[in-house]
Amino acid sequence: MTSRRTRTVIGAVVLALVATAGIAVAAAGGGGDDPPVREEVLTIQGTPEPDGRPVSLDATLYLPRTAGPAPAIVLAHGFGGSKASVTGQARSLARDGYVVLAYSARGFGASGGLVHVDAPDFEVADGQRVLDLLATRPEVLTDAPGDPRVGVAGASYGGALSLLLAGTDPRVDAIAPSITWNDLRQSLFPQQAVRAEPARSPADVAPVDLDGVFKRGWAGIFFGATSGPTLTTCGRFAPDVCAAYQASAATGEPTPEVLALLGASSPARVLDRVRAPTLLLQGQADSLFPLSEADANARGIAAGGTPVKLVWYAGGHDGGQPETARLEGLTREWFGRYLKRDGSAPDTAFEVTSPVTPSLGAAAAPDLQVRSAPALPGVPATTTLPLAGPAQTALSPAGGSPAALTGLPGVGAALGTALGALGDLPLSDLPGQIAVFQTPVLTERLQVAGTPTVDLQISSSTGEATLFARLFDVSSDGSQALPQQLVAPIHLTGLPEAGRTVRVALPAVVLDLPAGHRLRVSLSSTDQAYAVPTEARAYRIGLVDDAVLTLPQVPTTRVGGSDTAPLLRIAAVLALVVVLGAVGLLVQARRRRHDAPDESLTAVPVAIVGLGKRYQGGYRAVSELSFRVEPGQVLGLLGPNGAGKTTTLRMLMGLILPTEGHITVFGHRIRPGAPVLSRVGAFIEGPGFLPHLSGRDNLELFWRATGRPTADAHLDTALEVAGLGDDVQRRVKTYSQGMRQRLAIAQAMLGLPELLVLDEPTNGLDPPQIREMREVLASYAATGRTVVVSSHLLAEVEQTCSHVVVMHRGRLVAEGPVAELVGSATAVVVDVSDPARAALVAHDVPGAQDIEVTGTGITLRLVGTPRADLVRALVAAGLDIDRLAPQRGLEEAFLALVGEQP
Amino acid sequence: MMSGSGRGTHEALMQAGPPPAHGPDGGAAGATARRTLPIRVEIARQLTRRRTQIALGFLVLLPILLALAFRLGGNDDNGAGAPALVDLATSGATNFTLFTLFVATGFLLVVVVALFAGDTVASEASWSSLRYLLAAPVPRSRLLQQKLAAALLYSAFALVLLPTVAYGVGGLFFGWDPAQSPLGTTFTTSESIARLAIVTGYLMVTLLFVAALGFTLGVYTDAPLGAVGGAVMLVIVSNILDAVTALGGLRNALPTHYSYAWTDVLSPEISYAQMGRGALWSLGYTLVLLTLAWRHFLRKDVVS
Repeated sequence: MTSRRTRTVIGAVVLALVATAGIAVAAAGGGGDDPPVREEVLTIQGTPEPDGRPVSLDATLYLPRTAGPAPAIVLAHGFGGSKASVTGQARSLARDGYVVLAYSARGFGASGGLVHVDAPDFEVADGQRVLDLLATRPEVLTDAPGDPRVGVAGASYGGALSLLLAGTDPRVDAIAPSITWNDLRQSLFPQQAVRAEPARSPADVAPVDLDGVFKRGWAGIFFGATSGPTLTTCGRFAPDVCAAYQASAATGEPTPEVLALLGASSPARVLDRVRAPTLLLQGQADSLFPLSEADANARGIAAGGTPVKLVWYAGGHDGGQPETARLEGLTREWFGRYLKRDGSAPDTAFEVTSPVTPSLGAAAAPDLQVRSAPALPGVPATTTLPLAGPAQTALSPAGGSPAALTGLPGVGAALGTALGALGDLPLSDLPGQIAVFQTPVLTERLQVAGTPTVDLQISSSTGEATLFARLFDVSSDGSQALPQQLVAPIHLTGLPEAGRTVRVALPAVVLDLPAGHRLRVSLSSTDQAYAVPTEARAYRIGLVDDAVLTLPQVPTTRVGGSDTAPLLRIAAVLALVVVLGAVGLLVQARRRRHDAPDESLTAVPVAIVGLGKRYQGGYRAVSELSFRVEPGQVLGLLGPNGAGKTTTLRMLMGLILPTEGHITVFGHRIRPGAPVLSRVGAFIEGPGFLPHLSGRDNLELFWRATGRPTADAHLDTALEVAGLGDDVQRRVKTYSQGMRQRLAIAQAMLGLPELLVLDEPTNGLDPPQIREMREVLASYAATGRTVVVSSHLLAEVEQTCSHVVVMHRGRLVAEGPVAELVGSATAVVVDVSDPARAALVAHDVPGAQDIEVTGTGITLRLVGTPRADLVRALVAAGLDIDRLAPQRGLEEAFLALVGEQP
Repeated sequence: MMSGSGRGTHEALMQAGPPPAHGPDGGAAGATARRTLPIRVEIARQLTRRRTQIALGFLVLLPILLALAFRLGGNDDNGAGAPALVDLATSGATNFTLFTLFVATGFLLVVVVALFAGDTVASEASWSSLRYLLAAPVPRSRLLQQKLAAALLYSAFALVLLPTVAYGVGGLFFGWDPAQSPLGTTFTTSESIARLAIVTGYLMVTLLFVAALGFTLGVYTDAPLGAVGGAVMLVIVSNILDAVTALGGLRNALPTHYSYAWTDVLSPEISYAQMGRGALWSLGYTLVLLTLAWRHFLRKDVVS
């Protein structure tokens, strides 16, 4: 018994431990200690400056602790950074098993030389020298002598380098450029007046010319980023770059020199030669290199059949949501596929992070929503919305001031929030400087991904126009928001007096617009972040006939979230635990079912052997109790309150578990729910009924709960015994104590069980009812059935029972037929003339016990001796007997048995 | 009272024959453990109870009260900001149903489920009828199983009843228009109903935790109020802790953290990520709690 319980407990503990460990492993998804990384600082000889000065590049090599040569990754930093900017990423990739080389580009950090802005003869040539160095390192895997297996990754300035290097040197095996440019001319002198052709990709911008508007806010930041220690206006810029920049910055017009320099530094030039699979990560919050730059790169590389994956994430140069972990994961997968050649399936799906949609006050914050299309998006689907608004005049103020404030370079979206905090101060919409056109209110949700376009009729007082097109999201309460604070500059020359129809590409955005919103196209004559003409101008801006706003759309599906796999693993572990638990329970139940009955006891209603019960608090209610009940007996279990009678009966019904010994009923061991209990009817410790049901309903419901056939219940017989008459139809809560008592006894008799166990059945009954009960029990036993009755009243037991078991303090004190017990305990009262002598005489009578002298005589108990013997002895001694009577006060006898004084 | 103080007779008892034969397992003829406490008997036991009727009745009443409140209160459309679920509540049957579920999720459904599950064993113990069921005998595991099954059936019924009534009431009051999400998406009627079904299904899974908690407390205590109140109180404590943002990611493990994740169903494309997490946490807690309940009850000394 004990050992089985111990085994069960151990089993449960082991099961729980296994389950916990399983869940933990499943949640962590494996994992372990990262191998350490070794770092080595190097100096690489770069391309000399045009004047012949040598250039040394400061580099750090991060070596993984893996055996054998490993693929390499070159990390290039952004503008104004150094090799230290990418330390974290470098270590992480090295731990992943790559040899990582991070170096400061010329003109930055501890490297020598001047900044040529990713020029092919300088920065790109430096990159090739880095590849040469990697080819000589024994730690680096090579595809051929001098050709290392290498990938290049970098953001912005470094991203362009990776594209340029891949387009220049075929040794590059994979690249992962992020937030970088395609054509620096278009980036720094953006022209969003586009050719009236269908878009080739969602964020396509095909400028009519390269004569755009100078992005002076961003350009100024770049020049500030390289200021050197000496007093010079050029900082660490190469003189030619510096001169070209200063010429353009002064006039706001691109000079041929600057265009040539910027063109040379543009990946657009080399895209057709890029053979390295390319992962393009572009930010939506980017007023420097908007989505259109990445689209152009993707188109150019994919045209040559090279695998390209394009990602429009939620960050960018203006901030937004950095999504660092996701982008690093994508980069890792990309290099794993093309450098480690881990055999993973190609993935060129287009991914776009959708704006976080407001949820309904849900407690759980919504995740960033990542959506994907199966491949690089080509010609986009479009939807059109009618635009309305009269032709309007916008003035461009002399001196270009005041100018609209939409965004600040590098701040972007944050500025939008700040402007919102200023209230309705229209910093983006200066009076007299704007022309506005609106769509109707949206009747359903609208998703936009890419460059919206609109055809406008524009004329200018000077024949030349500089305008900034913006697309506002106007919510149902009328407030407007400028998505990502982006604007689209256009620069038009040679406008005829009547004006010209111009297709304007609005900023490339990703929008998820609810119904009730509308879109507003607004053209401003000024913008703080751009160079604007200094002379005063008047523009006339109107819509063409049947004007529409054309909105590109990319059908995407939501990516299922990266956490589905662990969820499934946890679900599997849970299911396993449930299955194991169910199997365990079944096995246990089966084993129990196979308990064989004790054949020698099948005819014995109750056999109790060595029974003991110690309650949890330590109270010992029953000790070493053994007795048997034979068929046809009405057995009284007699004892004062607290003798352990009820505890014994509870154990008999399997309600509490014995701590020692056992009980068998008809040979079957009693345990909770033992089937043999269906042959036992019980009334224990008061009635238990559903108070809101009638007596009859209670009995019927109880019988139905046994699952036995209705006919076996003998309900009428039981109700007759209860004698409740019509009251059985009343609710039990209206019953008196006695009525409940009788109903409970009737319930115990349902099915006429072979063994009827009644605990203090006469409590609360009046004398006629007690008498009736006595007869009922006698009749019951007469049918061959057995009755066990507990009582603390000796008289009741004497009158009701054939046999008796006397208990006291949890132990058996006496047992046997009632007549014997009563006989053995018979006391005799003798009134005699000389009580003192009488006591002495009685003392010599065999079997006389407990002799006491009273005022008028003596009392004593005679055990096994007839009273006549006592009389003879007293008379022989010459004593006068006034009276001799058996004392029917069995209470005294009982108390004598249990060793207590009256 | 005449018969109440009557004596009873035993003429019929005198006619009783000897005890019938019995089965090999020692049980009386026709007694099978697997047939004890049939589910329909347990359902009948609970259905006759006033608390069951009141709880279910209130679920019928709530949508009517809400609809009347909207009707009487008028449509006070101040139009500021994005429309919330409450603003769309009167736009049709589906939105009204969603709103009803939204207001009921936090407390009402928790109380109802805790009542059905927490009260079922504890009240039998408090009436002392538990020992008679066990002595009948209904095996202990079987008793828990049937009691839990009936409690879960009642809870599921309640969770179907509320949206069904709300849909009907919403339709009668505000028309039968399909769902419209606060993001502006509209759904077809069949899709609306499918999504309501998903919401109901998710609520069933996430409230399983509450049922398991109430049930387990009911096995440990003999006081029905302690079990139901304890379960509701622990849910409230969990909600309070969930509001303490300083706990960070730990809050994800709170059993009520994902109770409103079903609002993801209102997105144009349903996202199951949050609901999946919520369901797994709920199932995990349920498993642990029910294991405790069984473990305790199989060894318990039933003395009440």
